[in-house]
Amino acid sequence: MIEVKNLRKTFHLKSGDVTALDGVSFSIEDGTVYGIAGYSGAGKSSLVRCLNLLEIPDEGTITIGEYEGIEARGGEVYYQGKKMTARQQNQMRRGIGMIFQHFNLLERSTVFDNIAYPLKYTGRSREEIRRRVLELLDLVDLREKVDVFPSQLSGGQKQRVAIARALAANPKILLSDEATSALDPDATESILNLLRDLNRKLGITIVIITHEMAVIKTIADRMAVMEGGKIVEEGTVYDIFSDPQAPITRKFIASSSPLGKIDKLIAENSSLTQVKKGEILAKLIFQKDCVGEHILTTMAQRYGVNLNIILANVEYLHGNPLGGTIGILSGDAKSIEAGIRFLEENHVRTEVLKDGRVD
Amino acid sequence: MEEWIKAVAPYLYTYRTKFFAACSATFQMFWKAGLIAFAIGLFFGVILVITKKGGIRQNIFVYQITNLVINVFRSIPFIILLIFLIPLTRAVVGTAINVKGAILPLVFGTVPFYTRQVEVALSGVEEGKIEAARSMGSGTFGLIFRVYLHEALPDLIRVTTVTAISLIGLTTMAGAVGAGGIGSFAINYGQNQNHSDIVNVCVIVLLAVTFVLQSLGNMLAKRTTNRSLFQIRRGENNVPNSAD
Repeated sequence: MIEVKNLRKTFHLKSGDVTALDGVSFSIEDGTVYGIAGYSGAGKSSLVRCLNLLEIPDEGTITIGEYEGIEARGGEVYYQGKKMTARQQNQMRRGIGMIFQHFNLLERSTVFDNIAYPLKYTGRSREEIRRRVLELLDLVDLREKVDVFPSQLSGGQKQRVAIARALAANPKILLSDEATSALDPDATESILNLLRDLNRKLGITIVIITHEMAVIKTIADRMAVMEGGKIVEEGTVYDIFSDPQAPITRKFIASSSPLGKIDKLIAENSSLTQVKKGEILAKLIFQKDCVGEHILTTMAQRYGVNLNIILANVEYLHGNPLGGTIGILSGDAKSIEAGIRFLEENHVRTEVLKDGRVD
Repeated sequence: MEEWIKAVAPYLYTYRTKFFAACSATFQMFWKAGLIAFAIGLFFGVILVITKKGGIRQNIFVYQITNLVINVFRSIPFIILLIFLIPLTRAVVGTAINVKGAILPLVFGTVPFYTRQVEVALSGVEEGKIEAARSMGSGTFGLIFRVYLHEALPDLIRVTTVTAISLIGLTTMAGAVGAGGIGSFAINYGQNQNHSDIVNVCVIVLLAVTFVLQSLGNMLAKRTTNRSLFQIRRGENNVPNSAD
């Protein structure tokens, strides 16, 4: 369980104060993959750094793993009523794995020594460390690279080593700070698959920070969207993707969905988006329990509504359809209204983008 | 061989015992002062990096003091420092002359320069590596030895080479306090007595030493970049890489 209450952090820079976290609260169930999205400067990096106390929050309460109710005030952290020493903080961090955008492997150590880093000087025997490292290398499928230096690895391989290193001490929680942002699409996919596998096989709770919605869509169960140091939206990935509320979330989702192109087309006043009198340009969004695309054909046939499709995209997220169709509906006013009602009954939400029915 | 030396460098041959003594004195000063300066410079270099703003043990007071002392000593020309430190040298080692009296000023002349160089080398270690090590629970000592010094090794070797070469330069001035050495030999027996062969040989010897040090430094730095100097293979059957 990870639970954060009213977390605040302000950086005092020469150029002025920057509020990175402005009263953030949320909680993450054990064993879930939790995504935190936001543009750079939204505070997501500070948030994840506060979770393992790499950054000390100004104020707030953190529960992470077995550490319940760590309290921050006045630049210090308190656990069970006592100030946490540097040693206690280090001890706590050992129970939380973390991976980074730029991997941060030791350049002068082999893959073996990098993964062994968190195991050394902890009282484990040499043989014990060796067994664990080889086991981890099997887990990330890099056994043959055991004696190689990081400079000889690809980005995806480096991140695999970093994951193995982060998991070496058997943490129950893994924090991922933009871990796929420096990788090509193929490597990104393989890293995300690996993380998903680790979550399923080992039951590790994974917190993913990213500016790429596609990453969250691929592996997260729940998500939060941050803006200006605050969480502006929180919920299951499906709910947020199918029905985003906050403007920033809509913008984010539009940028990751092929349907998002419509905003650009409308802004350019493209000929595709011109509506004649009585027509409407609408976004038809498929929601949970919606039967599928043939609803549109049924609507057209039953109500005599013509649908001129401009964009269409459907994908499945956790088994539910996500996406929809954007097109121009034409016909007489009554049939359009009846058609829309029919769609709503069948779990297709209509969002009117341009309305030719008024004047 | 002996005949040949007699022919090309007659005066050097005449003063050969003094020449060997001078080489020995330079060598003594070099390794004694070098070893002490290496340890102290490394120590203060680490102190600067960890106590600076945003460092792993930020301490502005310690940083500023160390910084100030280094700047003060760096701005004093060595020949002045040599004389200026005479009372201190006498108090600490009992004498201010000979090789023994030259070590302390040589250390004072080298440490500030070396400390700065170490600071630069350690600052080259990416923040990210430090952060990753912190996330794995490393404390101050772990970060210093397992990340900073470990990752900066090639750069540390480079700056140590540069410092070692500049230290050889400094030892030639130690003749001013009667420490002897190649520098004062070249002046007293070469220049002042108009024996140009002695000066030439001294130049050649210093060139050779510099060249050897630089080559050694370059080689070690290259061999430690992106790898460790002595690699231990951990693969199950020590399966050799396709590369080797």
